[in-house]
Amino acid sequence: MSRRLKTGGRLIDRDRPVEFTFDGKALRGYAGDTLASALLANGQRVMGRSFKYHRPRSVVAAGPEEPNALMEIGTGARFEPNQRATVQPLWEGLSARSQNAWPSLAFDVGRVNDLASRFLPAGFYYKTFMAPRPAWKHVFEPFIRKAAGLGSAPTEADADRYEFKYAFCDTLVVGGGIAGLTAALAAMRAGERVILVESRATLGGRAATDGAEIDGKAAEDWIKNAVEALEKSESVTLVARCEGSGVYDHGYVICTEDLTGFKADKSGPRERVWRIRAGRVIAATGAIERPLSFAGNDIPGVMLASAVRDYLLDYGVSPGERTVIVTNNDDAYRTAKALLEAGLRVPAILDVRPEVNSPIVRDIKDLGVKVHMGRGIARVHGNDAVTGVSVCLQAGDGAVMQEIRCDAVAMSGGWSPVVHLWSHCGGKLLWDAERAMFRPDPARPPTGADGEGFVKTAGAASGALTTAEVLADAAETVGGDAPSTAVVEEAPIRPVWVMPEGAGPKLRAKMWLDYQNDVKVSDVRLAAQEGFESVEHAKRYTTLGMATDQGKLSNINGLAVLADRLDRTIPEVGTTTFRPPYTPTTIGALAGEARGETFQPLRRTPMHDWAETHGAYWEPVGHWRRAYCFPRAGESHADAVSREVKNTREHLGMLDASTLGKLLVRGPDAGRFLDMLYTNMMSTLKPGRCRYGLMCDENGFLIDDGVVARIDEQTWLCHTTTGGADRIHGWMEDWLQCEWWDWKVHVVNLTEQFAQIAVVGPNARRVLEKLGGMDVSAEALPFMAWADGTLGGVDVRLYRISFSGELSYEIAVPASRGAALWSALMEAGADFDVMPYGTEALHIMRAEKGFIMIGDETDGTVVPQDLGLDWAISKKKDDYLGKRGQMRSEFHKPDRWKLVGLETLDGTALEDGAYAIGEGTNANGQTVVQGRVTSTYHSPTLDRGIAMGLVARGPERMGEVIRFTRIGQEPQEARIVSPVFFDPEGEKANV
Amino acid sequence: MRRFSAFAIAREALRHHEGWGRTWAKRPPKARYDVVIVGAGGHGLATAHYLGKNFGITNVAILEKGWLGGGNTGRNTTIIRSNYLQDPSAALYEKARSLYETMSQDLNYNVMFSPRGVIMLAQTHHEVRGYKRTAHANSLQGVQTEWIGPERVKELCPIMNIEGPRYPVLGGLWQARGGTARHDAVAWAYARACTDMGMDILQTCEVTGIRRDGGRVTGVETNLGEIGCDKLGIVVAGHSGVLAEMAGFRLPLESVALQALVSEPIKPCMDVVVMANTVHGYMSQSDKGEMVIGGGTDGYNNYTQRGSFHHIEETLRALVETFPMISRLKMLRQWGGIVDVTGDRSPILSKTPVEGVFINCGWGTGGFKAIPGSGWGMAELMAKGHSPLTEAFGLERFREGRFIDESVAAGVAH
Amino acid sequence: MLLLTCPNCGLTVEETELAPGGEAHLTRFGPASGDAEFEAYLFLRDNAKGVHFERWCHAYGCGKWFLAARDTATLQVFGTYSAQTKEPPAEILESIAKGRAT
Repeated sequence: MSRRLKTGGRLIDRDRPVEFTFDGKALRGYAGDTLASALLANGQRVMGRSFKYHRPRSVVAAGPEEPNALMEIGTGARFEPNQRATVQPLWEGLSARSQNAWPSLAFDVGRVNDLASRFLPAGFYYKTFMAPRPAWKHVFEPFIRKAAGLGSAPTEADADRYEFKYAFCDTLVVGGGIAGLTAALAAMRAGERVILVESRATLGGRAATDGAEIDGKAAEDWIKNAVEALEKSESVTLVARCEGSGVYDHGYVICTEDLTGFKADKSGPRERVWRIRAGRVIAATGAIERPLSFAGNDIPGVMLASAVRDYLLDYGVSPGERTVIVTNNDDAYRTAKALLEAGLRVPAILDVRPEVNSPIVRDIKDLGVKVHMGRGIARVHGNDAVTGVSVCLQAGDGAVMQEIRCDAVAMSGGWSPVVHLWSHCGGKLLWDAERAMFRPDPARPPTGADGEGFVKTAGAASGALTTAEVLADAAETVGGDAPSTAVVEEAPIRPVWVMPEGAGPKLRAKMWLDYQNDVKVSDVRLAAQEGFESVEHAKRYTTLGMATDQGKLSNINGLAVLADRLDRTIPEVGTTTFRPPYTPTTIGALAGEARGETFQPLRRTPMHDWAETHGAYWEPVGHWRRAYCFPRAGESHADAVSREVKNTREHLGMLDASTLGKLLVRGPDAGRFLDMLYTNMMSTLKPGRCRYGLMCDENGFLIDDGVVARIDEQTWLCHTTTGGADRIHGWMEDWLQCEWWDWKVHVVNLTEQFAQIAVVGPNARRVLEKLGGMDVSAEALPFMAWADGTLGGVDVRLYRISFSGELSYEIAVPASRGAALWSALMEAGADFDVMPYGTEALHIMRAEKGFIMIGDETDGTVVPQDLGLDWAISKKKDDYLGKRGQMRSEFHKPDRWKLVGLETLDGTALEDGAYAIGEGTNANGQTVVQGRVTSTYHSPTLDRGIAMGLVARGPERMGEVIRFTRIGQEPQEARIVSPVFFDPEGEKANV
Repeated sequence: MRRFSAFAIAREALRHHEGWGRTWAKRPPKARYDVVIVGAGGHGLATAHYLGKNFGITNVAILEKGWLGGGNTGRNTTIIRSNYLQDPSAALYEKARSLYETMSQDLNYNVMFSPRGVIMLAQTHHEVRGYKRTAHANSLQGVQTEWIGPERVKELCPIMNIEGPRYPVLGGLWQARGGTARHDAVAWAYARACTDMGMDILQTCEVTGIRRDGGRVTGVETNLGEIGCDKLGIVVAGHSGVLAEMAGFRLPLESVALQALVSEPIKPCMDVVVMANTVHGYMSQSDKGEMVIGGGTDGYNNYTQRGSFHHIEETLRALVETFPMISRLKMLRQWGGIVDVTGDRSPILSKTPVEGVFINCGWGTGGFKAIPGSGWGMAELMAKGHSPLTEAFGLERFREGRFIDESVAAGVAH
Repeated sequence: MLLLTCPNCGLTVEETELAPGGEAHLTRFGPASGDAEFEAYLFLRDNAKGVHFERWCHAYGCGKWFLAARDTATLQVFGTYSAQTKEPPAEILESIAKGRAT
């Protein structure tokens, strides 16, 4: 039974009780407790159920490496599954629930898997559940999914916010133990800007718990002084509750800081993600103790020896009354000492080493503790709690020599440096046989942009084990003097990977390696037996190390078992890859503040607000929003579009065309440049005139179109599509900077500098005349001409161009005047029945006229020749971008799909994206196709369906009726016609 | 080969599972083979398998530089679908999908193909048109897909926010028989079947040179010595360029990093695969309960199997927007794969300028779903010299300008 | 998150400020070229696992293109240089020789 001791607990404040609940039960802890320590203090040892066998589990660790004690924290919009109780600080009102157990933690029917575990070895699911075939989807898989999965899924959107912080420093120290502090102090003294992050609330690490003398002071005092010195320095930033999550290429470090997870007050951002650029990164991330593999090593009450010490000394919590210690190294003797000092009993220490005579062992023996050398645990007894252990010879096969009654077991299998940050970007490890650990190989660090190493480790993360080694290593890493401390003699570790050495299959099937995923020694051996010899194979086959702790406790033990089974050495087997993050990181924190409306930047035209207040139905176009239509009360979108088209054709419509790209191209070589960019001639365009132009990529595919206006001798203004503005600007710059860099041309993207309003319809001229200020007559401003002037007192550039077939002007004004001019036009237009129209009306009107639309008639595989745009391709030019591409054989095949109009026989509209059905099937059994619809609408003007499409040899097949697909219905017949459905002579615009 | 079944497990359980044999054999290489396949990923193993199964060619070795299935086969987000736009793609991926349907039974190894359905979300009008176009194309290609409205999307995936303020869901393309499979198991299942036919799988066997005689392949040089062959298949994903260089030709490829990540496991909350291309992200839930998430590629050449952190952020931002409930889940692990991307972003399954050398590469981000179809087609190409499945995917298409561009409909990521 | 120095404005910036532009030093082949040359120009790439000469645009900065020599396996950057160059300058080649040697 675990309980709170009367005294002790370095980190808790006994004057500040904290109420919390676990599975609905009201419990009390103290400020400074973790959820795990508070639960142990309340005698609640069983904290979770394992993934596969649903075995009852308690905490095995006291830090972020905890694989068992995962809980659901909070409710509703602040619900969080899978939180490790060992790192969850207690706060007033915290509600925690156990997970992966049904109906309750104490009685879980999933436990039946445990009884059947013999039939569920590693990878059993690959060998069964195959018949009958549908059963996998409908029976087996749902069952497996339901059984797996740990915590429940949140059901609500997150109530919390998150924030980013960017920081820069000379030295980033990750880890605030004595190694990190030593490194930070040395860097500070060298005049560097230093950031030190520590994942726990307090600095000092293990030394504060375990005690030592540093610079003649007690460790706690030394730490306090060090922290004070760092805090005082203006060049040092100390951040507690902040974990070094990941190291990325070229030295980019992500750290995540907890801002509200430890307190009842949840106001403000929940977490802060630090993005740190540091001259160098010092990973002083410590080491993690390894479990030992003996039968029953997962029974609640079996813990890491260091964790037992942590609960005792940091939280004043005893994991048990009688604790058997089993170890292969000296460190666990510290746990014995702590237990004895707390007045608890240590019935025996089982040390696998045949003979040890180091000072701490002598001390413990002198205190009267029975120390059994060369012994180990054959089996732990108990179901939901440890009741005793059977002792055996480590060198034997598990024959029981003695039974010892106990309610807790503290185990130590040695220490593994936390090398994650070293390894994320490719730092290599070496196997240190003497210390039985993989540690960073200083000769092969992760390298940065300059090819030099940019991460160093300090202290236990380097493989240092004693206080003296840790301090010396940290000082050497940074280049300073090591604080003084006594050198304590320790006896060497004796690596033990299976206990006892000769354990048979029965025992091996009860030795857990990966607690959470229920991977046992027998599973890894089975994997090897079945040929999964690579460490990656063994991991994937058994799921070893793939649980939420990512193998922090299990990896080394697992690969040692694998190596043993394969008769290879541990370094021959090697490790799996260390991937970020170090511990699981909140997804919302990584997504940051960009949520909802601010998910992406929103571009607004000068007339955006007007449209918003006039009921625009928006469609996203890139980062812009454009009005799709302006529905009136009770009107469907289709009705609104129809009204807008008719009104524009009959009276007057206005479109916000500001999103169209406007690129100013200027310079002595501008004409020559545009002749290369456009398929037709732009150099011959006269100032004051406009010309429609096409742009292709080097493959020859049409990528953009628009009207080009020649402003003066050396200046052209190129209009692009909305989506093309930035892309084509970049395209122009690319060619000018990287290919024709000696050409004297410059390009400016004026898209946002000008608002542009299309004034369209039979009344267009009249409304402009009403505003007055410039001659807009057909004589003064013929079709495809432009002029500068004023309208209603506003300086404008007026283009007489049309994308609708109507009399049409586009007015460009400085962006700041756009809204005013728009309002003035709407006001003046009232007499002429003006209505705003949106993008859908625009699309329909252009389709009625047979004008192509980039993105509809083109899709990145269409050349201008496919669209009958040969007239816009200069035959005189030797070269333009795309010309060579268009010379390739594919584009000259006689059956190439070409643009035509399509008219259904029954007057309905063809379906969007419909394909024209050809004859028979191809070699793959697919129905042959002979074309497709590129644009299809119900034309309000003609009151019937119209469409454009690409059809094999289309223009040669005028009048032919072909069939188009309809989803869920019989095909639809349509006649091949000219793509110009409305006003083929162009009379309406020519007024 | 011993058959796997529940009975076999029960029998083995009684003797502590000590009777299971190796999944694939371990033998030293022979001096020569009829066919050598370089690359024991899913595509390479499937190619070998169908060479044996469909054409009786079993004197085959599959060489693997690292560990079998350790490339992109074991690093992808396991999505299987065939709702492709262009005929050649639809044929290839549908062949693959249909082979996935019966793979567990065919290979007597449970690859956990889970036809749970795939939705590709339309969040702009342009995407709506694009996916409707795909639905029409699929109806003639024998690929069962369906255009569905936003309400049906919500019904299939209740955790989705279809009314996001920036990009409300306008509908989606639904392939009910698309889904996921256990990626590693696909490689293991093929490897086991190849062994069963007497083929040799040689791991940690790195090809260092390709031997030719008068424009014809005669064998490969490896760290295990020289191995002769009549035909050579290069199926090495991200390292295709390196192998092509050994054979003396260049490829229209660039290798870039693609990243993926998983969350911690949670209880089932998502029964379908969702791909959202406007916001760039896709997500499904594995049988273990992890949310499996993929995003975009870095735009620069990269062989490190790592990627830039900002891509992970962008992907997660998009997915939190689409699935607000994932915000409080935690990212467990992120990783990268090297994908090779061609000029039209479609794969290459082709003869090469060197007689007897065939290449399978350029799958970009979408190779896993194609494994069985790709292997089927490559085997036919290598055995007979031509295959209707691979015909359109030849190397010559770039010279001719005959592209298979899948991005045309709605900018679809593979 | 790569760090590259833009030789145009002199700033060392993160990759998020930059737009990658593929292999550098390609020769454009126009209408007078043969099929093979044109294919090579448009599609065939060295795709080196090792030193790669590549194009970058300081897109969210000065807007200028530049070239970089970068190892695609180690991500070491040997230097960046002007985009108005037909081939890597001598000092970049030296830096590569030196960097590769260590």
